[in-house]
Amino acid sequence: MQNINIIFKKEFRSYFNSPIAYIFITFFLGISSWLFFQTFFFGNQAEMRGFFGLMPWIFLFFIPAVTMKLWAEEKKMGTAEILMTLPIRDYEVVIGKFLASFGLLAVSVLFSIAIPISVALLGDPDEGTIVCGYIGLLLMGGAYLAIGLFASTLTENQIIGFIIGITICFVLLIIGTDYVLFSAPNWLYPIFSYLGLGVHYSSILRGVIDSRDIIYYLTIMGFFLYISTLMVESRKWR
Amino acid sequence: MIEVKELTKSYGPTLAVNNVSFNANAGEVVGFIGPNGAGKTTTMRILTCYLTADTGTATVAGFDVLEHAIDVRKNVGYLPESAPLYADMGVVEYLKFMAEIREIPKSQRKERMRTVVDICGLEGVIQKDIGELSKGFRQRVGLAQSLIHDPPILILDEPTSGLDPTQTIEIRNLIKDIGQEKLVLFSTHILPEVAATCSRILMINHGQIVANGTLEELVNQVRSENILHVAIKGTEDEITTKLRQLEGIIEVTPVSTDNGIVRYEIASGQDISDVSSTIFNAAVQNRWDLVELNQESIDLEQIFLHYTTGQTRGTHPPPKPESNEDVDSTEEE
Repeated sequence: MQNINIIFKKEFRSYFNSPIAYIFITFFLGISSWLFFQTFFFGNQAEMRGFFGLMPWIFLFFIPAVTMKLWAEEKKMGTAEILMTLPIRDYEVVIGKFLASFGLLAVSVLFSIAIPISVALLGDPDEGTIVCGYIGLLLMGGAYLAIGLFASTLTENQIIGFIIGITICFVLLIIGTDYVLFSAPNWLYPIFSYLGLGVHYSSILRGVIDSRDIIYYLTIMGFFLYISTLMVESRKWR
Repeated sequence: MIEVKELTKSYGPTLAVNNVSFNANAGEVVGFIGPNGAGKTTTMRILTCYLTADTGTATVAGFDVLEHAIDVRKNVGYLPESAPLYADMGVVEYLKFMAEIREIPKSQRKERMRTVVDICGLEGVIQKDIGELSKGFRQRVGLAQSLIHDPPILILDEPTSGLDPTQTIEIRNLIKDIGQEKLVLFSTHILPEVAATCSRILMINHGQIVANGTLEELVNQVRSENILHVAIKGTEDEITTKLRQLEGIIEVTPVSTDNGIVRYEIASGQDISDVSSTIFNAAVQNRWDLVELNQESIDLEQIFLHYTTGQTRGTHPPPKPESNEDVDSTEEE
C-alpha cells in the first residue's frame, strides 16, 4: 500500500506539474458544457440526461489522452529502467499509476459540479439521478482509464498508445449500442449487451445502482490492470 | 556479494550475454569494459532484476535475482546508461520520491538527501527542474538517486559519460571512496578510467568474459615476451652481431639508422630488468654510446585490443587466456 501511495503521489503531481492536467480539465469542462448547454434550453427541462449521455463519447477521446503517457513515456525516456529496478512490485506501479489518472478524472468531474448547480438554479432536477449519474461516470471513467493504461503498456509511442486506447474503448462501447445489438446474431446479443461499456452506465443513469453494474466496471478495471501488469512484466519473459 | 554463474541471454537470434560467470566482493571496484554491444548493459540489467536471463543464475547480496528480486533491489543502487530521469520533476522532489520508495525513515530522509546532494555536488541546482539541467548535472542526479539508500552494492552504467574532466575526476574519486567498503560495478568505454579507478577489470566481448583480473595480471597475460627499444651510436653491423650474442635475447631488429645512431627493437624472454642490465653492460664493455634504453609499455588500450580483436602491437600471437577456453566451443560466430 505504501508503495502504491508513493507512486500515486508522484504520478498525480506529475499531471499537475505539466500542462496536461490543466488542459484536460479546461477542455473537458469546456467541451462538455458547450455540447450540453447547446441543446439544454430546447428541451425546457431541468435535467442532466443530455450531459451524462455525452460522456461515453467525450471520454472516448479524452481518457486515452490522459493515460497514453503513463507507460509509453517511461519506456521512451528510459525512466522505466530506474522505476522497475526499485524495490517495488510491478503491480504496485500499475495500480499507483491507475489511481493517479483516476484522481485527475475525479478532479475534472468534481469541477463539472458547476453544471448541476446551474441546472438546479434554473429548475428542479432530480438529485438522485444526478448523484447516480456521477457515480456511473466515475465507474465508467475508471474502465476507460484501465483500458487506456493497458494501451500505453503496449508501445513506447504515446500517439500509438492513444489510438490503440481509443480503438479498444470504441469497440467495447459500440458493441453495446442499439444499432450494433440489433444487427448482431442472436447468440451474440447477450454477450454484447453485457460487455458494452455504455450499457451498464445507461442503467445506472436511470437512477438505480445495481451491484451487477458495479461489478461489471470493477471487473473491466481489474482485467485491464491485470493484463497491463502482465505486459509490464513481459520484459522479463524468457 | 555478486555471484554470476553461466548467465546467458539472447534477444531473438542475437546472443547478448553468453555464458558469463564472475564473482565480485565488497571492497572491490570492478570495471566492466568492452566494445559497444558487448553485453555490459544486458548483464547489469539482469543483476538489477530489470531483465531475466535465459539460463544461468545470479546472486546479488546473497539473494537470487529471480526468487528474491525485491531484496536484491533493496541492496543495489543502479544508475542506468545516460541517466534517465523524470524531466518534469524538481531535483529535490525527485530525490524525495526516491528516498520514500527506498523506505528511508522520515527522520533520516532530510539528512540522507543532504548527504547525497553534497557528495554529488548538487547544491547549485536543487531549486531546478531536472529538465533544465545539463547532461553532467543529470548524471549527478542519477548518481545521487543510486546512493540515497546507502546501498552495499552500486551498479553504474557509464557513470562518467557526458561529464567534463573535473567532474569525471570527482566521480572517479567518489567511486574509489565508495569502493573501499562496498562493491562498485561500473561499465565504461574510457580505458584510462578503468586503470584509474578499478581494483579489478572484467573485459567482455561478444557477450563473453574475455579477461578478468587486476590491470597487472592482464598486462602479464598479454605480454608473452618483453620488448626493449634501444638506440646506440656506432656501426650497425658490429652492434647487431654483438647484441645477438647476448644472453636471453631472442630477436634483434634494427629499426632505423640516423646520424650514426642505430635504433633496435629487442625481444627477450627474460625479465625486463635483467635484459636491460645485460645490454647496458655490453654497451659499457664495447664502449658504445647508449643513447636510449627503454621498455615498451603495454597499456590498457593494447590489452583491450588484444582481447577484443586478438591483436597486440609488438608481440607475437599471445596464448589465449584460460578463462576463454571453456566458452570457445559455444561461441556462435
